[in-house]
Amino acid sequence: MRSLGFARDDTWVAAALVALLLLSAPALAVNPDEMLKDPAQEHRARELGKDLRCLVCQNQSIDDSDADLAKDLRVIVRERIAKGDSDEQVKKFVVDRYGDYVLLKPPFRAGTLALWLGPLALFVGALWAVLAFYRRRPAEQAAPPPPPLSAEERRKLDALLKE
Amino acid sequence: MRRLLYVLPVVVFTVLALFFLKGLTLNPREIPSVLINRPVPEMNLAPLPGRGENSGLTTESLKGRVSLVNIYGSWCISCVQEHPVLMEIKRRGDVPIHAVDWRDDPVLGAAWLKKNGDPYERVGVDPPPGRTAVDFGVTGAPESFIVDKAGIIRYKHVGPISMEIWTRTLLPIIRQLEKQ
Repeated sequence: MRSLGFARDDTWVAAALVALLLLSAPALAVNPDEMLKDPAQEHRARELGKDLRCLVCQNQSIDDSDADLAKDLRVIVRERIAKGDSDEQVKKFVVDRYGDYVLLKPPFRAGTLALWLGPLALFVGALWAVLAFYRRRPAEQAAPPPPPLSAEERRKLDALLKE
Repeated sequence: MRRLLYVLPVVVFTVLALFFLKGLTLNPREIPSVLINRPVPEMNLAPLPGRGENSGLTTESLKGRVSLVNIYGSWCISCVQEHPVLMEIKRRGDVPIHAVDWRDDPVLGAAWLKKNGDPYERVGVDPPPGRTAVDFGVTGAPESFIVDKAGIIRYKHVGPISMEIWTRTLLPIIRQLEKQ
């Protein structure tokens, strides 16, 4: 049967293409010629790059971005790692020049307390409000429990259940 | 207690709305520079070809006079828009302007100045990966820094300078710094 104009073969081709798409890795912004020879150092550079904001595209990390400035920062991060800087020293180097803004994960300190704890406070507040609302309802609306079944009713019920 | 429960959502909404309203009016391109009131970075940039031996940009060359340091590149589109303003500043002799030719082929950087006019006193070449530009915390071109007599960065302007920005904002800061 031909449905929707697709021949059976087309369906298989389409399925194969989707499978291939799902298998393929996302394109990388990092060029092979930027990479460090030492795989451990390169891995550190990649991880650091994911935490540093691309100042041009702003919502991408320098690891993701194809912007020239992101590439420059990747190269400079790798230079510093090759020179023996720790991850913290590399981050400090970039923050000294671009401020905390360059960190995709803002640091936890007095000035950013509201940023980190605000959502939690909102959630706790909302939870409290919901609980308070529901806890009071039964007290206000609770009807008196229905009277127990009479002997006649019990007998009818038993008869019904037996059927 | 009960009344509070009714008022609370309104209060929370108002506070959030005010925050978002403020956020909407901010310009995400304007990243506050952490380098204000810090010395200009250590640099020793080569001159552009054809501009003479002593026209490169060094940390020392920025001391003694208030000056403007402009980040440009022959590839930079907004720099074309800004350039006539820099030429006018030079014509008026308001303040010496220096430049960092950022991520550029020095030959192209020099040709660009030949074509559009050269408002600069000193030009340093900062080839990729633009170490000096990164030391300046540059996020794009053009960007301009006001440097005081002691070689300390006092102000940063992101984007092209217009005549209005120059006379209203930058020049008063420069005049103020010159008195110190």
